[in-house]
Amino acid sequence: MSDIVQTKRRMPTDKVLLHVAMIAAVIITLGPFVWIALSAFKTQIVLLMGDITFSPVSYNFDEVLFDRRSTYPQNFLNSLIVAGVSTTLVIVIAFLAGYSLLRMNWPRWILNAFLVWAMLFNLVPPVSLASAWYELFRTVNLSIDLVALTLAHTTLNLPLALWLLISFFREVPRELEEAAFVDGAKFLTLLRRVIVPVMMPGIVATAVLVFIFSWNEFPVALALTNNKTATVPVAIAKYVQEEEIKYTQMAAASVLSAIPALIALIFGQRFIVKGLTAGAVK
Amino acid sequence: MTSVQLGWMPKYGSLFPAVVFFLALAVLPVANLIFLSFMDISWSGGVVQREFVGLENYAALGDDPLLKAGIVNTLILVVVATSCQVLLGLALAIACSSLGHSSRLYRTLFILPILIPGIIIGAIWRLMYNFQFGIINQGLDLLGIPAVDWLGSPHLALASVIVVDIWHWTPFSFLLLLAAVEGLPKDVSEAAKVDGATAWQEFRRVSLPLLWPAIFMTFIFRAVIAFKVFDEVFLLTSGGPGTATEVISFTIYQRFFLQDNPGYGSAISVAVIFSVALIIAIALQLQNRREATR
Repeated sequence: MSDIVQTKRRMPTDKVLLHVAMIAAVIITLGPFVWIALSAFKTQIVLLMGDITFSPVSYNFDEVLFDRRSTYPQNFLNSLIVAGVSTTLVIVIAFLAGYSLLRMNWPRWILNAFLVWAMLFNLVPPVSLASAWYELFRTVNLSIDLVALTLAHTTLNLPLALWLLISFFREVPRELEEAAFVDGAKFLTLLRRVIVPVMMPGIVATAVLVFIFSWNEFPVALALTNNKTATVPVAIAKYVQEEEIKYTQMAAASVLSAIPALIALIFGQRFIVKGLTAGAVK
Repeated sequence: MTSVQLGWMPKYGSLFPAVVFFLALAVLPVANLIFLSFMDISWSGGVVQREFVGLENYAALGDDPLLKAGIVNTLILVVVATSCQVLLGLALAIACSSLGHSSRLYRTLFILPILIPGIIIGAIWRLMYNFQFGIINQGLDLLGIPAVDWLGSPHLALASVIVVDIWHWTPFSFLLLLAAVEGLPKDVSEAAKVDGATAWQEFRRVSLPLLWPAIFMTFIFRAVIAFKVFDEVFLLTSGGPGTATEVISFTIYQRFFLQDNPGYGSAISVAVIFSVALIIAIALQLQNRREATR
């Protein structure tokens, strides 16, 4: 590629053209988001009329957030609980298991069993898993509880987290642990004082990704929740199933639901790229 | 492997929680799913009736018009969408890479669609495709072109869904391919240039062969995700009009949940799981052979 790079350097017009092309790509990528954000500040009539200029109103957000009949605050809370708790569980379990699998002389087949699990969960449509969990949780009367969804999301994201963390563990120099042991550190002290600090960027990358994936997950949440326990994606899907679709309120709810992604993008972009590419390449 | 000696407690204790989740929530439900696929399950008088029917559910798969439409549409979507995403992603990655540091903002902005819930992507595009007030028909109106029913027309609906998928996931291909493009060895292409190769020749003969494994992996990764598409279809078209946008995940959802037929629904799931595993195994085998003969 450096050949192309250098050809471009000699011809700055090409570079300008490239920038123009990239800006076009950015407009195509962001345009839909801008449009839905604008729609969220319109009244239904303004949206239907297709007026280009309009005076923004906060009506839709008021309805979605503060109306007595709106379940959205509850949905938002449900999503926060499920994503927060399952991410914590995933990170703790995968961290311990990853370290154990990499450093503690497990027989090869144990490692392979976990690898098959990761592969299979990647391939299987989440709808199939949703149906499997729905049957399982129904027999233990947990099918509509947030506990069921939290456990399901934990299981769904564990293989990914395990593989990401193992790939990050490999970068930790072994001498570090040996030195800690010579100093007489116990296992948990070793993890807390030595491994966790070194692994922090990898842990954050994994946690951000797992949180977003849980927040966004739809089919399993659809199968395992009812009106009271619905998460944000399920709530938004319900808008289109109503007789008269409240488009502008759907837009407002969508804008609010993108908050975690925006926060992650602004503060954790580096981690996200790391997590997404490590997950795919390794 | 490790030179440090730990007791049995840390060794077993650290793996134990993962094993519990693995057995209780991955192996058990999938085994249960396989078990259910041999059953006819119905409700009568509030009690679940289970009857062993052997391979009957699997035999019925062949005559299911919904499943047939689901498979055909899913294959079209996977091939078309994934190919476009890899091509566009590669072009963007090369452009970004040759712009160097001045492309950092682009890279950040491109990630956004990957992080937004699929259901929101569906909601956004449902509004944009709207026949009356969607921005696409508004734009056509300005050009004097009559409004098009993007999601309601049986001929256009699948193409409309594919466009959304391409828009949604091209950034992911871009991200994977960018890592590969940035990792290309500089000296090889320099050498090609010294030997008098044009930019296109250099790309075709030097960079592309080096990028090939990454392109293949990106294709596989994207194909696997495209194959599982559900959220966008659920919100955009729910498989309609007719079966124009029926995809496999949606067929499973309809049969298992909407029609409450867990036995047959499980059979579709199990068949899908095994087919996909088989295809991936063959694809990896082919790729390995390709690399071995090189």
